[in-house]
Amino acid sequence: MKILVAFKRVIDPDARIKLTADRSGVDTDSVEYKANPFCENALEEALQIAEEHDGEVVLVSAGGPDIDKTIRAGLALGAERAIRVEIEDTVLDSDLAARVFAAVYKEEEPDIFFFGKQAIDSDNNQCGQLVAEYLGLPQACFASEVVIDDDGEVATVTREVDGGLETIALTLPAVITADLRLNTPRFAKLPDIMKAGRKTIDVMDLDDLDIEDTALKIELVSLEEPSARQAGVKVGSIDELVDKLKNEARAL
Amino acid sequence: MANILIVAEQSGGELKKGTLAAVQLANQLGGGFDVLVVGSGVGGVATALQGYGAGKIYVADDAVFGNYLAQPFKAATVAAAEASGAKFIVSTAGTFGKDFLPRVAGAIGAGMVADCVGLAEGGLFKRPMYAGNIIATVKANTERVVISVRASEFDNASPVGGESPIEALSVDVGDVAARFVSFDATESERPELTEADVVVSGGRGLKDGPTFWNVMNPLADVFSAAVGATRAVVDSWDEVPNDMQVGQTGKVVAPKLYVAVAISGAIQHLAGMKNSKTIVAINKDAEAPIFQVADYGLVADAFQAVPEFIEKVKAAR
Repeated sequence: MKILVAFKRVIDPDARIKLTADRSGVDTDSVEYKANPFCENALEEALQIAEEHDGEVVLVSAGGPDIDKTIRAGLALGAERAIRVEIEDTVLDSDLAARVFAAVYKEEEPDIFFFGKQAIDSDNNQCGQLVAEYLGLPQACFASEVVIDDDGEVATVTREVDGGLETIALTLPAVITADLRLNTPRFAKLPDIMKAGRKTIDVMDLDDLDIEDTALKIELVSLEEPSARQAGVKVGSIDELVDKLKNEARAL
Repeated sequence: MANILIVAEQSGGELKKGTLAAVQLANQLGGGFDVLVVGSGVGGVATALQGYGAGKIYVADDAVFGNYLAQPFKAATVAAAEASGAKFIVSTAGTFGKDFLPRVAGAIGAGMVADCVGLAEGGLFKRPMYAGNIIATVKANTERVVISVRASEFDNASPVGGESPIEALSVDVGDVAARFVSFDATESERPELTEADVVVSGGRGLKDGPTFWNVMNPLADVFSAAVGATRAVVDSWDEVPNDMQVGQTGKVVAPKLYVAVAISGAIQHLAGMKNSKTIVAINKDAEAPIFQVADYGLVADAFQAVPEFIEKVKAAR
């Protein structure tokens, strides 16, 4: 069983996001980068499935050589090799990223293509679904449980949806996007970190993947910080709170 | 021929309120809209949408749509988009719209504006990024545009009267390599989080799962409220299910009243509730960030304050 995992580098989720002075982008001076948390869940699930079904896990990422550090961190967790599609990540929208991933799928022909349900920078929540559409594959998004049958042919996936948990069965190959509750990602062990340095990162470019059209469908025009909500008052007692709710906010 | 096609969100034959936020966005875009209702036994949904000014209401009512799957819903939406000639295809940004709308965009070569929170001059759109810490203004370069609407950012459209003609839509769903197995509905007598007028949420300060419910249940009762929780709570306590999480990676809510109990107010959580009309925070830490967004903050121990609050709310009514 072969499993591809889309792996995106993002600004440290715990960092405070600031805009550049001209508001054209996010200030990346002295920021730390990490793997997108949802991608880590996707990788962890892929590794668990590979361990159980004698499979191979391959990471796929798009960007310049500066993202290799994040890719190596994924390799240290147990992925066997990686593919980096050489592209300036500033010129990707969800659609172009999806076309890149769909093209890599055609080269690799995996049984499962895992994604995080969204990247915590752009928060688009589209890429996996678009890849599934471009490839005509079934999808299970927002997965909180994945069970692969003994023959490695069907994935039964529980999805976290509004109002409950939905379970669907997909005939592989399929696209699955990971939600946070899917698993708890493992930590890399020191020997594996050493070993990851020797694993292969194959670099491909858009020509290799026959992608000529790099026009963006959705373009960023400007960024702003949201207007801060006005802090209200501290009340001194429950009586005062109830009084304000009743007579000022008219919320009772 | 309408400018916009709205895909109605429904559950068990009942219209979801978020659909009316999508109607509101359509009214702001202008140029008229059609509606698509997809499901099995969804005549009542079409009826519920009468009087909102749709040019047409397309209904794809078939057993194949009885349980939601992305590909059949995409096929129905693409068929309705062709029939309507719409430039904009709009639905809600819950797990429903997030799941199938990107496939619609891929199928018709449209760009997709995810989680739209408003329109901007010059045909541009506003949407949140970085857990709501940044609002981006984006431009769609495609002829047709798919939009998922963050319902909490729009008022529900008001009825305008009149009747919209209903047209049955037949859809070729094709082969789908996915099948529905089961749906495990969150059992609750309470309203749904994203639809409730009042939401009461608890944080890690409530000690453990059973204590969480001991404190929050009576509070929810007095307000007929939905109960929410922070990510730390749903991650740590089995008694509090995941779909109760309010936050950027959980549910985004904007009720008339939001009561945050023993919640410190991580950015992640604030992104999910800061557009509530009135926010009350009860927390024993006077420095907790939640107080920066609360209209009314009470520095107090939740275990003592909440029961007293409940009694005094009852008395004040």
